Amino acid sequence: MILKTPPPLNTIFRFTVIGLVIAILATAFAYVGGWLDPGRLTPDRMINTLEDNAGVHEGYRRNHAKGYCVVGRFESNGNAVSLSRASVFETGRVSPVIGRLAIPGGDPHANDGMPPIRSFALQFQLPNDEQWRTAMNAMPVFPVSTPQAFWELLKASQPDSQSGKPDAAKMAAFFADHPETKPFLAWAKTAQRSSSFVNVEYNSLDAFRFIDADGTTQFVRWGLVPEAPFTSMTEAQKRDPDFLSKDLRERLNQGPQRWHLIVAVANPGDPTNDATLVWPEDRRQIDAGVVTIESAQAQADGPCRDINYDPLVLPDGIAGSDDPLLSARSAAYSESYNRRTREEAESATPSTQEPRS
Amino acid sequence: MNSPTTGTFSVPARLLHWSMAIMVMSMLFIGIGMVATVSERHVWLLQLHKPLGIAILALVIVRLFVRWRYGTPALPSDLPPWQRAAAHLSHWMLYALMLAIPLIGWTMLSAGGYPVTLFSGVTLPDLVSPSATLYSALRFAHTWLALSLFAVILIHLAAALYHGLIRRDGVLASMTKGQKHP
Repeated sequence: MILKTPPPLNTIFRFTVIGLVIAILATAFAYVGGWLDPGRLTPDRMINTLEDNAGVHEGYRRNHAKGYCVVGRFESNGNAVSLSRASVFETGRVSPVIGRLAIPGGDPHANDGMPPIRSFALQFQLPNDEQWRTAMNAMPVFPVSTPQAFWELLKASQPDSQSGKPDAAKMAAFFADHPETKPFLAWAKTAQRSSSFVNVEYNSLDAFRFIDADGTTQFVRWGLVPEAPFTSMTEAQKRDPDFLSKDLRERLNQGPQRWHLIVAVANPGDPTNDATLVWPEDRRQIDAGVVTIESAQAQADGPCRDINYDPLVLPDGIAGSDDPLLSARSAAYSESYNRRTREEAESATPSTQEPRS
Repeated sequence: MNSPTTGTFSVPARLLHWSMAIMVMSMLFIGIGMVATVSERHVWLLQLHKPLGIAILALVIVRLFVRWRYGTPALPSDLPPWQRAAAHLSHWMLYALMLAIPLIGWTMLSAGGYPVTLFSGVTLPDLVSPSATLYSALRFAHTWLALSLFAVILIHLAAALYHGLIRRDGVLASMTKGQKHP
């Protein structure tokens, strides 16, 4: 039915109702999108802070910017089948892997001898279009347990524009406010820098869940334990900012490099949401098979260049844990990937040139 | 499909409209919310986003068939021509965006080399081979088309309320209650 001419006041009221409905929806959308909430830690803000610290290096990852692609395979020995139904662990299965060895920090021309940490990311290609991606670090624990604390650590470690070094007072204040950093600091104080990418142990740090064929879930962490014995960075290496890539090439010329994939299984009550805490040494450990790296390639045109090593790209049989760092890594890596692929597309040629040598 | 079979939308059309209205609005809030947080919300919203997007893609195809099969009621004859044109344009934009955005999302993940995992163990086939350039263009389009969809939905909603509250010409009721046009 149609009323003849509604009273003007009534019409104004009805238009106001329409306007309010639209305004409420638009405001809710803006709030959820983070525009009305400048204090919220978004992936965008995390990556902006990394860029504040290291500058914008177009085409490169915003963290662990300096790295090398490696290619090889993982041969499963079947020992992990009882823990996880993931096809990657089937007895005798050989999965092709594309990896990346890198050093932390946003500077793609950094000096290899500076950071005490090396990182190893892997993508396992599995049947039925499944993949397992993992990004591991050569350290026993992560410095902080939450994304917010990591963001604050990044802000505290912003290099001073004059000296190029972080402000010592800010760093000290951060560590004083964050006692969870103690295990990491204790390690960092005595950590020996390795002479090579291939002779250090890499750890997932974050906990994950393994799900077996019956649906039983166990919390695990994994790591890669090298066959090559550890040796420290030499005096000659200290003077070469790119010694890690040269060492990698030399070692691969001599033959493939191997690591054992070791899975540690948590006992009930072990911390699964806190990457600053190690699990006790006596936890059940399983050698699930061998990762063999056969060749390396510069990241500018290597097969790892366009891979985002998001630690939550997981096959059936492996799932994330309640560790809050996992979602933050996933979200922030994605933002870094979006920025660098866009830069790559805009520059027409890959802008990730090999670091100076 | 130009001449309506009744003065109201068919029952399947109304069912599809209202279920998809909830799904698409949820999807837009999920999408904008999941890229705006590093918390665990990012992960569970992303897990909802992919299967919900594929469900919308499937339903919009069914919906186009239902529209072709059952037709739509005619707009009131006294509607000004510009409003008539705006109604048709916005409806076809809604269909085009509901079809394009999930397809772009799926293609974009393939181009980025990501497995398109709907549920644990259920992975969709790749639509294209990995290409960072293509990924980058599609990633940009996915966001901006989704923001456009949200804008068109707000206009659509404002127009529906205008019909229901100001003109009171039965257009809103043809989708809500199935009342006949006067």
